[in-house]
Amino acid sequence: NPYAGLVSHLRASWLSGKTRPMEYRMAQLEALGRFLDDKKQEILEATELDMGKPSFEAFFSEILLCKNELNVTLNNLSHWMKDEYVDKNLVMQLDSAFIRKDPYGVVLIIAPWNYPIHLFLVPLIGAIAAGNCAIIKPSEISKNTETLVAETLSCYLDNDCFAVVTGGVQETTRLLENKFDYIFFTGIPPVGRIVMTAAAKHLTPVTLELGGKNPCYVSDTCDVTNVARRVAWGRFFNAGQTCIAPDYLLCTIEMQEKLMPALREAITEFFGPNPRESPDFGRIVSDKQFQRLRGLLGSGRMAIGGQTDEAERYIAPTVLADVLPSDPAMQEEIFGPILPIVVIANMDEAIDFINARPRPLALYAFSCDSKIVNQVLERTSSGGFCGNDTLMHVTLTSLPFGGIGNSGLGKYHGKFTFDTFSHHRGCLHRNMGLETLNAPRYPPYTQQKLGLLTTTFEVKRRGTCTLL
Amino acid sequence: MERMQQIVGRARAAFNSGRSRPLEFRIQQLKALERMVQEKEKEILAALKADLNKCGPNAYSHEILGVLGELVLTMEKLPSWAAPHSVKKDLLTMRDEAYINYEPLGVVLVIGAWNYPFVLVMQPLIGAIAAGNAVVVKPSEVSENTARLVAELLPQYLDKDLYAVVTGGVPETTELLTQRFDHILYTGSSAVGRIVMAAAAKHLTPVTLELGGKSPCYIDKDCDLAVACRRITWGKYMNCGQTCIAPDYILCDPSIQSKVVENIKATLKEFYGEDVKSSPDYERIVNQRHFKRVKSLLEGQKIALGGETDEASCFIAPTILTDVSPESKVMEEEIFGPVLPIVTVKSVEEAIEFINLREKPLALYVFSNNKQLIRRVIAETSSGGMTANDVIMHSVVPDLPFGGVGES
Repeated sequence: NPYAGLVSHLRASWLSGKTRPMEYRMAQLEALGRFLDDKKQEILEATELDMGKPSFEAFFSEILLCKNELNVTLNNLSHWMKDEYVDKNLVMQLDSAFIRKDPYGVVLIIAPWNYPIHLFLVPLIGAIAAGNCAIIKPSEISKNTETLVAETLSCYLDNDCFAVVTGGVQETTRLLENKFDYIFFTGIPPVGRIVMTAAAKHLTPVTLELGGKNPCYVSDTCDVTNVARRVAWGRFFNAGQTCIAPDYLLCTIEMQEKLMPALREAITEFFGPNPRESPDFGRIVSDKQFQRLRGLLGSGRMAIGGQTDEAERYIAPTVLADVLPSDPAMQEEIFGPILPIVVIANMDEAIDFINARPRPLALYAFSCDSKIVNQVLERTSSGGFCGNDTLMHVTLTSLPFGGIGNSGLGKYHGKFTFDTFSHHRGCLHRNMGLETLNAPRYPPYTQQKLGLLTTTFEVKRRGTCTLL
Repeated sequence: MERMQQIVGRARAAFNSGRSRPLEFRIQQLKALERMVQEKEKEILAALKADLNKCGPNAYSHEILGVLGELVLTMEKLPSWAAPHSVKKDLLTMRDEAYINYEPLGVVLVIGAWNYPFVLVMQPLIGAIAAGNAVVVKPSEVSENTARLVAELLPQYLDKDLYAVVTGGVPETTELLTQRFDHILYTGSSAVGRIVMAAAAKHLTPVTLELGGKSPCYIDKDCDLAVACRRITWGKYMNCGQTCIAPDYILCDPSIQSKVVENIKATLKEFYGEDVKSSPDYERIVNQRHFKRVKSLLEGQKIALGGETDEASCFIAPTILTDVSPESKVMEEEIFGPVLPIVTVKSVEEAIEFINLREKPLALYVFSNNKQLIRRVIAETSSGGMTANDVIMHSVVPDLPFGGVGES
């Protein structure tokens, strides 16, 4: 077991108690902030090399959003860490009942390649805030970022408590043989199953941030220009390599007609007449992904884009019209700059279409009529939901971010990350005196004692009273 | 296989119909459950007597009172629990609506345990119904009378398709676990907990595992020993020690060990009289297998009190073992019986170290007049939950979360 030494070293640090004091956690979090400030340029460069990430996008997702999470945490940590006192019943009035937020111990964070800093850093913020030690396993596919993190993070964080492990499938498999006290995984569902199965051997709790095909329903009553811009933004950000990107559109044939010129205009507005020359449009992360995506281009009818360049791993912002449910583009999560449109007759058909498929990580509905947006929300199930925009629901740190069913289990962002990495321990501190109050619970058991117990323990419906 | 598929399929179709979602429906089902518990009280108590030799007032206070309380609380709070919860917005979203919507998961599987066989299926069932799910209940086959009763009663009171009961043992449960659920709540052993989680992993099904372990009980020299021992006696020997949060073993200074034994002995007389075996309030071990298991833990130990057994009736007297070695068998596994080992430690530091060398327990207990010491024990250990200066009681405060951590 090549990682046993590392894990036990971290566990020893954990048992020493050094990660517990708030000052320690704040200091480590502040160091993470300095990492983001000092290494900003390197992060922008690495992610550009990895997937042609435009520096605007990299700044937004890898620096700005991370700093937001950091600041929310630093601002609220002392409050979050406090014991939470709860209501008590009659017999416990002189006792104190509270929920304690205990760290788990040594946690493992496995991150993917598409937002390679954000997707390890935001979980790490919560892990540190909650008082844990952590091993970070960045993705080997975003090679440059992996190297950056492996080489520089150790200069900022306490190396006795936080470590970075690099490598691919083999290394991750060996890592998962160890016992962790929590595992946080972001990636695809098949690997999510592998991680959970490995965790089951040690009864390790997990958070799995997975994915799927995020449907985007566009009703006939909507502002076509706005819809086209917001959908295009969400779809083509990071060249489509976003777990919450609108994966496919559902609309009527009339709306498809109306949307097409609007989408074309939005794409031109964003990236110019030749997106390949725009500094604001990304590239596909690897040859393997590029080949996979190219294979999807035959679905439906090519309406916008479709150009590719293998050397650059460039795929133009593409819209496919009249796509059938049986087409290749509808068989897997796209994770690329391709937007299929599936034509449906009406909202009910769209809802049935969505419900016949695995529950997605995100679900989008566009309509000027809020009743329609609410109906889609109420009649479907998804990790998160955004009406009349894409992506934005995950930028609000007060909303829980996570999947359901195939798209994942668990949630994080803001306080939810802190809660994810904390064990909520129910504590009752009783008085040694007043032993007579306990008398009704002891044997010998009698009906009279039971009557007393019932009176003191019972939760009464409001509006009822006992006639003695 | 087909039968399981049919049952789960029916529950899923019923869930997909949407009828379990309106609050009025959920409350109506909960009201029906309340009626069931009230109308069938005699039958429920009879089943508990048959399974665990629990007498009326005892069984009522442990298994019915809590259930009725949970039903009342849930029906009362459901509208506020189920309501969307608005959240703080930022500059960009200031004019939008941002909220958390509470939605049912789908078809939930509840697997019960045999030691508190009624409450351990009812409490999860109440929550699952309240949240708008369909539920498949699998009571423990070891407490066969209660299992049979639950299978008979639920369809008489609840929507038959949405809420189903499956009975059976290991083969039936294994089959059931191959089906896809949207959440599984399992109460039982850590070993089976692993099996449940591995099965759930195939479908990416979230799980709640209420397991167990050895819940330590540290008695400080500075405490009211008579009161402490009374409370410990109550928590340890109730249900014949077959309680997941019973104080499993005691840690204390060698100088108070004999006083602890004396106090517990006196309390036992007070609770069960001179002849424990003839007290109607003292339960029995659930079956031969567990009887043999618990009895074998006594081998080679110094028995300070009790030790009498009777295989025919699965009777094991309230027993205390002193000067127990940490390496002995009784200190390896969760005892789940009326055997209380005392391991001596010279200080609270030693006690904390002892506890931390072992798996995280479901419950942790500390008795002391010294508030600092108590705070220290809490801060330097980890456990599912804990009570200071008493046992068990943290599990009856409805606003405290009840669950384990790590192996528990």
